[in-house]
Amino acid sequence: MPSFLFWLFAFVMLGFGAAVVINRNPIASALSLVLCFMGLSALFMSLDAFFIGIIQVLVYAGAVMVLFLFIIMLLDLRAETRRKTNVVAVVGGSAVALAFFLQVYFVVGQLSAAKEPFPPLGPSKMDDVRNVGLLLFSNYTLPFQIIGVLVLVATIGVIVLSKRELR
Amino acid sequence: MVTLGHYLIVSGLLFTIGFAGVLLRRNIIIIFMSLELMLNAANLSLVAFSRFRLDAAGMPNYNAQVFVFFIITVAAAEVAVGLAIIVALYRARQTTHVEDVSSLKF
Repeated sequence: MPSFLFWLFAFVMLGFGAAVVINRNPIASALSLVLCFMGLSALFMSLDAFFIGIIQVLVYAGAVMVLFLFIIMLLDLRAETRRKTNVVAVVGGSAVALAFFLQVYFVVGQLSAAKEPFPPLGPSKMDDVRNVGLLLFSNYTLPFQIIGVLVLVATIGVIVLSKRELR
Repeated sequence: MVTLGHYLIVSGLLFTIGFAGVLLRRNIIIIFMSLELMLNAANLSLVAFSRFRLDAAGMPNYNAQVFVFFIITVAAAEVAVGLAIIVALYRARQTTHVEDVSSLKF
């Protein structure tokens, strides 16, 4: 992976990620989130995780964001009117977020492994989907079944929540 | 030369953006999108570690990628339920602003 591509996609991802938080209009935020996930998917592929990159696009940019846009359309949200901002909350929130980032920065700076480049892959053929699938259906069969039940419960839960009158 | 540290810092920055969004924004839908950003930042660092620690055959550590697969599935289920709750809230109160929903506030 040439390093300029890493920087390009990292800046796309972080720039549109910041746009999600900064935009006043929820539709602009949702569309920025799609582009942010596209950049993230490219970064996954730069790490040779092609399967994860593809399901990132399919599940997030495809399914989840359509759901978000659909709900924004359903609720007919406009760009929010500017309300009186609570200065203490804004300054406190920014300070906590900045403190968190500085903490990550110093921990990564002290990690000796963080300065090493990625080792080259072995000679065997890369077959992402096959390897992830083998692991999923051998070592992780029980979690996989539980995830299936979880998705079923979520589906039923959404139907119950969307009924006209909640009992 | 791109190292593991670059990916970890980018992942930390993405998490910080999501964290700041949750703390600073007052629109529930934007807060929800920021939560997704935080989940994806964790995924990025997991995949970076998976590529960094190769096994004996020189293949990435696929356990981390299976974990990311599970996280994406759970996040998708969470988004579906969360948006249904937001729609139910909007029907009851006609608002998506967190400061208008303060019945449980101490």
